[in-house]
Amino acid sequence: MVPLFSAEGFSSLIFIFIVIVTVLGAVIATHSVRLIRAVTGLAICCTGLAGLYYYLNSPFVALMEMLIYVGAVCVTIVFAIMLADPKPDVEVGKGSVFTGPLSFALGIILFWGLSTLAGKTPWVFPSARVNDGSLEAVGKALLTNFSMVFELISVVLLIAIIGSLVLARQGRTRTGGES
Amino acid sequence: MPEPFRVILFIIFVMAFAGLNAAYLVWCERKGAGHIQRRIGPKEVGPYGLLQPIADGIKLMTKQLFLPKGVDPILFMVAPLMVMVPAIMSFCVIPFSEIFVAREINIGLLMIFAFASVNVLGLLLGSWGSANKYAVIAGARCVSQNVAYEIPMLITTITMVMVTNTMNLNEIVRLQDGWFWHWYVFRLDISLLMPVAFLIFFVCSLAETNRAPFDMAEAESELIAGTYTEYPGMGFGVFFMGEYANIVIGCALTTILFLGGWQSPIPLDFSGFLGVIWGLFWFLLKLYALIFTVIWIRWTYPRTQFYELLNLSWKVLIPFSLFNLILTALQIKIFPWL
Repeated sequence: MVPLFSAEGFSSLIFIFIVIVTVLGAVIATHSVRLIRAVTGLAICCTGLAGLYYYLNSPFVALMEMLIYVGAVCVTIVFAIMLADPKPDVEVGKGSVFTGPLSFALGIILFWGLSTLAGKTPWVFPSARVNDGSLEAVGKALLTNFSMVFELISVVLLIAIIGSLVLARQGRTRTGGES
Repeated sequence: MPEPFRVILFIIFVMAFAGLNAAYLVWCERKGAGHIQRRIGPKEVGPYGLLQPIADGIKLMTKQLFLPKGVDPILFMVAPLMVMVPAIMSFCVIPFSEIFVAREINIGLLMIFAFASVNVLGLLLGSWGSANKYAVIAGARCVSQNVAYEIPMLITTITMVMVTNTMNLNEIVRLQDGWFWHWYVFRLDISLLMPVAFLIFFVCSLAETNRAPFDMAEAESELIAGTYTEYPGMGFGVFFMGEYANIVIGCALTTILFLGGWQSPIPLDFSGFLGVIWGLFWFLLKLYALIFTVIWIRWTYPRTQFYELLNLSWKVLIPFSLFNLILTALQIKIFPWL
């Protein structure tokens, strides 16, 4: 047992706090009726995740989580909500009888899979990854080991751009500019 | 002193700095606006109106925190904090002087951008939460503007990272050691377009902090007060403290990346305590010169049309910053010894 008033004690307190924030954010994201609050929950959850990454000695991934998920993805979702202008208090329909047990079973399968994966992966110890997040390391990783992923992401982005262009063009020709 | 205590001390200092700075930048803004418009600005409270910010603060704090009908209470109260807190977080990595920095981390530049990006979310949630037409219009404008200006800003930053090879802010400043022509804004041998990159970065930081002529989030002549329309008392005050803190961060980043941070223009090095003061002096001088420019711009140029702002970003700044990126890469590749 680590004494509370020491560096380790404080650090575990903060760790527990971050875990609580992450779980709380996830619960808000899935259980709130108003969409905008769900997005806020998602933002909180992602901030908590960034904190967890920081505790796993990966500050680079933590900051990228903030930059991309909180700063870009959540903002985009909020923007989409603003444009769509949903009715504030629409009753969310209850799913069928099977929804609960089915999602529970799927959750268990997912948890089992991920935890087996985590248990079997040969993790690199923090001391061996001191230079992670340095520019050279990230650049080398992106252009060697993960170049396939990197290129696939660019294809996804290309498709997204083409899709939005198609949608925008349709809107212009059909309604003549104003909608 | 043990490291955690030093960091906590620094964070307290940084919070005090952010608060006082916001208060006195309002004074500077009003005084500057006054003189630019041939008025005198605040002059009644204290000598030269110097106690005006404190009076304003007391006024804002004693006002009733009124929740207008129909607002989303949680989002409405959280939004100002989401503008203020990330700004304070970013202060932790800014090197005021070589050793006068809360935490020197290797990815400081990334940290500032990561936390600065939360700012928009705060403004958006605030404008949606206040359930006001003007606020929602301002929020929509704000996000399209910020998305547009974040791209050239990040491209310029990537160019600078390519030049410096590090994201450690203190290291970037150390690389600009020596005479003032070693500052990156004057380093034409690294990139011919360096002054243009400086200009792009500065314009983008104006747009990112929603300052005039890019203050589409507020736009008081068209949208009452935009996002802040429904905010009473200190809610409004915290939004403004966040805005001024963001201005300081934008200008500090410009100073560090292009103007040599805490380096003096002539190579005069002092050691010990005097060295800290010397670095602090030059950093703050450059920082406040830039902030003065920001205030000056606000009271000189009128707010332009929203479409023109977006055109400026997509049709001018992004092509130029991309061209600058390619040119810098070529120049570094061809003349690697520079």
